[in-house]
Amino acid sequence: MPEDKPLTGNMRPDGQALDREAYERAGGYQGLRKALTGMTRAAVIEEVKASNLRGRGGAGFSTGLKWSFVPETVPHPRYVVANGDEMEPGTFKDRLLVERDPHQLVEGMILAGYATGADTGYVFLRGEYKLGAQRVAQAIAEAYGAGYLGKDILHSGYSFELYLHLSAGRYMCGEETGMLNALEGKRANPRAKPPFPPVSGLFGMPTTINNVETLCNVPHIIRNGAAWFRGLSRSKDGGTKLYGASGKVKRPGLWELPMGTTIREILEEHAGGMRDGLRLRGLLPGGASTDFLTGEHLDTPMDFSEVQKAGSRLGTGTMIILDDQTCPVGMVSNLEHFFAQESCGWCTPCWSGLGWVERILRAMEEGRGQPGDMEKLAFQTRFWGSGHTFCALAPGAAEPLQSALKYFRADFEQHINEKRCPWK
Amino acid sequence: MLTPEERAEIEAEFPHYPNRKAVCIDAMKIVQKHRGWLSDDSLKDIGELLGMSAADLDGVATFYNLLFRRPVGRHVIYLCDSVSCWIMGSDRQCSHLTKRLGVAAGETTADGRFTLLPVVCLGACDHAPVMMVDDDTHPDLTPEQIDRILERYP
Repeated sequence: MPEDKPLTGNMRPDGQALDREAYERAGGYQGLRKALTGMTRAAVIEEVKASNLRGRGGAGFSTGLKWSFVPETVPHPRYVVANGDEMEPGTFKDRLLVERDPHQLVEGMILAGYATGADTGYVFLRGEYKLGAQRVAQAIAEAYGAGYLGKDILHSGYSFELYLHLSAGRYMCGEETGMLNALEGKRANPRAKPPFPPVSGLFGMPTTINNVETLCNVPHIIRNGAAWFRGLSRSKDGGTKLYGASGKVKRPGLWELPMGTTIREILEEHAGGMRDGLRLRGLLPGGASTDFLTGEHLDTPMDFSEVQKAGSRLGTGTMIILDDQTCPVGMVSNLEHFFAQESCGWCTPCWSGLGWVERILRAMEEGRGQPGDMEKLAFQTRFWGSGHTFCALAPGAAEPLQSALKYFRADFEQHINEKRCPWK
Repeated sequence: MLTPEERAEIEAEFPHYPNRKAVCIDAMKIVQKHRGWLSDDSLKDIGELLGMSAADLDGVATFYNLLFRRPVGRHVIYLCDSVSCWIMGSDRQCSHLTKRLGVAAGETTADGRFTLLPVVCLGACDHAPVMMVDDDTHPDLTPEQIDRILERYP
């Protein structure tokens, strides 16, 4: 395995998935063997804690700490769920992992199950990932066949069942309690918290939910150790990260790089810089629900704390690039349309405010902007803030809008004053 | 009435969940796969097997954009309308499709061949603009390519 790319270094260049034998030849299931034959649950959790692995779904919570929230004494059955509902606009990293190395995810889930004392796991995959679904289903079947899943795995006494759930759509399914409701066959509204899932989750039982990329790191941490994993990174957060870039760069794509690689290196070296004749205007560092950054932030290392210091969030680490020939108001209008459409309708700031903002932005784009719109937009971003809603959808929707009002204020005002979109 | 095939596929999901209600989304996807969409009668059929009312199932189905409570065409086109595709000019692909098919987004062609649905980010943003037709993802779209792709779905 290329030492510096544990997640993607073993993937086949022809686009096919690694099957079980190929995965094993690359060191696969050795971490599981090591854990089940020589490590207690607590030791697995300690190793993951010490690795500084932080959640790759966007929130960046310590994975080891999250696992430790399922106490020894809580009842069974317990569950682990892989969040593969990759619907954050601009994000395309988990697709690669499930399509090309599904056993890596399966092994990560068994290890998460062992660490949290879980009996059953679900891979929750978005419905559109048909190829990923086939390949994960195949990997699960192969893992059962080899005795990595089912009763008494590797004669350790530990048993774990793993199932694939292919979703029926909607962004809300990616919110972890919305996902639990979807798995229970309900509408995917979020739940009021507390209780949190480690105490009362799926079917009311203790549940741990981790992003696909997070889980895929775990087999490597157990096999090679926490110190090795920390050493992959250029930052305090351990490991590598799948970074991506989309928009009008020369080479849009996805790259596994050390955590803490700068925006400049990703954008200029890997994405090849902006297309000829275009200049960088801004970027969303980690999906639709992160604040804009601009050219002045290019030397920011892409890790959780540094991107936060720059005024945004690492999010999913897949950047969306805004160029100077694309209308920033149009881009924000597209984003807020998405959030308004995907609101589940439970919280007033979300269902009411998002729809209102969507209409204001569309009106601006169509030359019907009004004096006072800027104040209305700014008010809404505060109204959607954390603590006013049951989940992170509206707070996430506030991020690109509030930062666009800061960095692209003159563009918004031009739309209102000239009663037109200057880019049309 | 569920066909024996539909029933067998749904029952194969039962061991994966602790109760039958939890199977309902899988069950509706299975029946939709065979019948194209979920009529009131389809919901009744599923409800009988799962011990749920058609109204319960309707409440669940209407949350999810991949469950259809109205008839759709033989092929469903899912055109990404999210941010990366928008930056890469998906508006052009959308107007090309609506013109060529003679329908607005959300509608079905008169011959029942295609339904055109806007959909959120398909997770292939490095190949924007992107659409899916049925189960297949089509990257790096241009209007000319769209024409060629559509020919493959009679």
